[in-house]
Amino acid sequence: MESTIQAATHAPAAGHEELGFWRKYIFSTDHKVIGIQYGVTGLMFLFFGFCLMTIMRWQLAYPGHPVPIVGHLLYRVLGEDMVGKDAAGNVGVMMPDLYNSFGAMHGTIMVFLAIVPLAFGAFGNFVTPLQIGAPDMTFPRVNMVSYQFYFLGGVLMLASFFIPGGAAKSGWTSYSPLATVADMGQHPNGQTFWIIGMVCLISSSLLGAVNFITTIIQLRAKGLTWMRLPFFVWAQFVTGFLLLLAFPPLEAAAVLQLMDNLLHTSFFLPTGLVVSGQHLHISGGGSPLLWQHLFWFLGHPEVYVLILPGMGIVTEIIACNTRKPIWGYRSMVYSVLTIGFLSFIVWAHHMYLTGMGTRVATFFQTTTMMISIPSVIILTALFISLWGASMRFNTPMLFALGFLPMFGIGGLTGLPLGFNASDIHLHDTYYVIAHFHYVVAPGTIFALFAGIYYWYPKITGRFMNEFWGRVHFALSFMCMNLVFMPMFVQGMAGMSRRLYDGGATYAAQDGIVGLSKYVLGLNVPISHAVWALGLSQIPFVINFFWSINRGKKIASDNPWQATTLEWQTPTPPPHGNFEGPVEVFRGPYEYSVPGHATDFIPQNEPPTPSPVPNGNPVRS
Amino acid sequence: MEIPYAVKPRPDTGLYNAKVGIWLFLASEVMLFGALFCSYILLRVNAPEGLWPHHWLNIWLGMTNTIVLIFSSVTVVLAWASLKMGQFNRYKLYQGITLLCALTFLAIKSVEYRDKFIHYKVVLSDGRIADGHLQKAETTLPVSWRLQPVIVDGHLQGGGQTATNTGRLVLEGWWPNDEAALMNPPLGHETQRIEIPVKQIKFMENYGPWHNTYTAIYFTLTGLHALHVVAGAIVIFAIWGPLAKVWERDPERYINRVEVSGLFWHFVDLVWIFLFPVLYLL
Repeated sequence: MESTIQAATHAPAAGHEELGFWRKYIFSTDHKVIGIQYGVTGLMFLFFGFCLMTIMRWQLAYPGHPVPIVGHLLYRVLGEDMVGKDAAGNVGVMMPDLYNSFGAMHGTIMVFLAIVPLAFGAFGNFVTPLQIGAPDMTFPRVNMVSYQFYFLGGVLMLASFFIPGGAAKSGWTSYSPLATVADMGQHPNGQTFWIIGMVCLISSSLLGAVNFITTIIQLRAKGLTWMRLPFFVWAQFVTGFLLLLAFPPLEAAAVLQLMDNLLHTSFFLPTGLVVSGQHLHISGGGSPLLWQHLFWFLGHPEVYVLILPGMGIVTEIIACNTRKPIWGYRSMVYSVLTIGFLSFIVWAHHMYLTGMGTRVATFFQTTTMMISIPSVIILTALFISLWGASMRFNTPMLFALGFLPMFGIGGLTGLPLGFNASDIHLHDTYYVIAHFHYVVAPGTIFALFAGIYYWYPKITGRFMNEFWGRVHFALSFMCMNLVFMPMFVQGMAGMSRRLYDGGATYAAQDGIVGLSKYVLGLNVPISHAVWALGLSQIPFVINFFWSINRGKKIASDNPWQATTLEWQTPTPPPHGNFEGPVEVFRGPYEYSVPGHATDFIPQNEPPTPSPVPNGNPVRS
Repeated sequence: MEIPYAVKPRPDTGLYNAKVGIWLFLASEVMLFGALFCSYILLRVNAPEGLWPHHWLNIWLGMTNTIVLIFSSVTVVLAWASLKMGQFNRYKLYQGITLLCALTFLAIKSVEYRDKFIHYKVVLSDGRIADGHLQKAETTLPVSWRLQPVIVDGHLQGGGQTATNTGRLVLEGWWPNDEAALMNPPLGHETQRIEIPVKQIKFMENYGPWHNTYTAIYFTLTGLHALHVVAGAIVIFAIWGPLAKVWERDPERYINRVEVSGLFWHFVDLVWIFLFPVLYLL
């Protein structure tokens, strides 16, 4: 079929009044605008969270030395409690409290303010309704409110850096009682801001999840049966359920911790708690483990919230650029559903070291091994999809291909953490850091980059620059591995993940067993790789803004010659998306169908009755 | 642009959008309260033998509230059914009763809350425990109900003030023999007027959320539930009052709204039906 060429110049569909600036861009109810809002905000938080880490990496590589470039600024803004002086009197040394704050906030921002909003909020919002042939989300105003909750949560988190005592500093997991007794004299303290910020983010995710699931159930176009849904939509569907059902227990936990912090209850504080030699006047009787159970009941499904949308994006891009149907589509769908279910019963593998008993540990070890099976099925199906394809190696495809081995490394290195025997050694070391960053950073973030390069033409009507895209990919791919691969070595040598001085305190000395010079020395090249990774994003940032007005114009509404419905709309899609009623006649990945004139058949192309030469009718 | 199935059900699912949405939302609410009930179980199981409170709440007030809420569930259904039959005035009446029930529930709940905030446990310097409701405080100590008025060895915790060791407190209460007796007071025990000179007080604290894990989970669970009652009542009131015009313009949409808000209301009732036995009876 010939694509309708209406690029960029398309006028808004009849019957839509032009909206003013505020209604159109700030308080919009259009899923595409909200998706872009999520995307831009999420990218800014991604950048901010990364900046926190670049500063922390200085402290790890050169402990006690003043931070260059920003050290003085930090001193001015955050005060001398947070930023100190070195022996020579130079200002700009990170104090332990600041390091802890940055660590906790790096995790919180990356997970809850960057990746989830990008993967679910941005791509989910922009692409899902288009891919199912819907005019918008089922509840457009709820959609707007969910973005506003997210924004408010982000503002609270950022504001907490500037209050007395600084931002939350008890890790992104906010384990009690540490989270309650840190900054106890200060009210409201960073932890209180963290909790209230989290409640906003949770509310945002809940509203979003209700909206997404309802949209996918109710607004699928005529003929778009469940097994004709693009895999991306399936991934978003399962992600929605994970958010819907896993986040409320964290909300409960947040309420309980807020009670502990503000109303002096003892939900998570045990009897006889002593802090800095002082016996606390609390009622006691609480359970620190309760917080961990409630937190990880969210925490583990959250891992799949981070990865499933990434898998969805990669699947779309691989199908389109291999010009082949996805191998084992149905197996992938059943796998993603299985992951969704199993992810609710693996949480305590984060808690093997709490002494919960071998029977319970065995249960969670078993479920953890089970959940690796569907993950491997999905990854294997994607790898086999590459087999024998004449691939188009464009930037989105490069990032998607980069995702596969990186996620593979991240996933497989998780197995030793899932076994409770080996986890005892690896728990809370840099091995864990390396493992989950391989899943999320070169995994999910690469998928997000792939998605940005892939759907950018649909949003703006222009391609991003191909050459600089490839440069961005090559440099990022290299740096990501230089950052995270050595951390496996450090972790296996036993280096704890939460050391302010990068482990120097535990250095081996004459007659004292400790971290070897080699292991400690790795901190320096890792930090250099982190800063190089930061510089590698410059081509992307410039490309991203430059291409909005100067990128190569698309020649048709379907520039990648893809089959799914989002490419069958005008570019950019108007309010209401499609020009007429949409009807779907076939599965999502009908590429290179034998006997067909083109090597792709859009889902909404009606079946042709003419038989092919061997007498079989064309598959429809 | 019109969102499909906003009012009419989609043929293959048989549901309109908001109904799918509210059921999903309720599923998440189940997880929220489920997590809190699990916390309750864990705290209670962890409590030392014999030190989990019983009979601390007034069963008759709780029972009344249970009946009030169940009754309001009936009126919500009747209101919806009246609309289905086109009887708008009867809907107005029934839903008005629902709103009155919500207010009654909240009023009774606040009486119960106040009772906890003026209820004090006082440990005297000779080790005796007095327990009862504060009647009178002839002292400069700020012991009216407020956030965490804890006194330890004559010092008010948190406020940084030092108590003047003069004056007296008057409680209407009793003298439990020990902690265990306090945890499990005999039903209908006698109360008496107790006068305590302030200088004899070693420790005193009211029964706010900070008192122990039982009061903590009691206030959290019922407080969160009460917030749901307030939210549900506001939504029902908005549809009943300010948004009633929709009935003339688009009756089907109006009935859907009443149905969806009713589903939420039933959920709120259901939570209470679990809360009542768990907190009052067990």
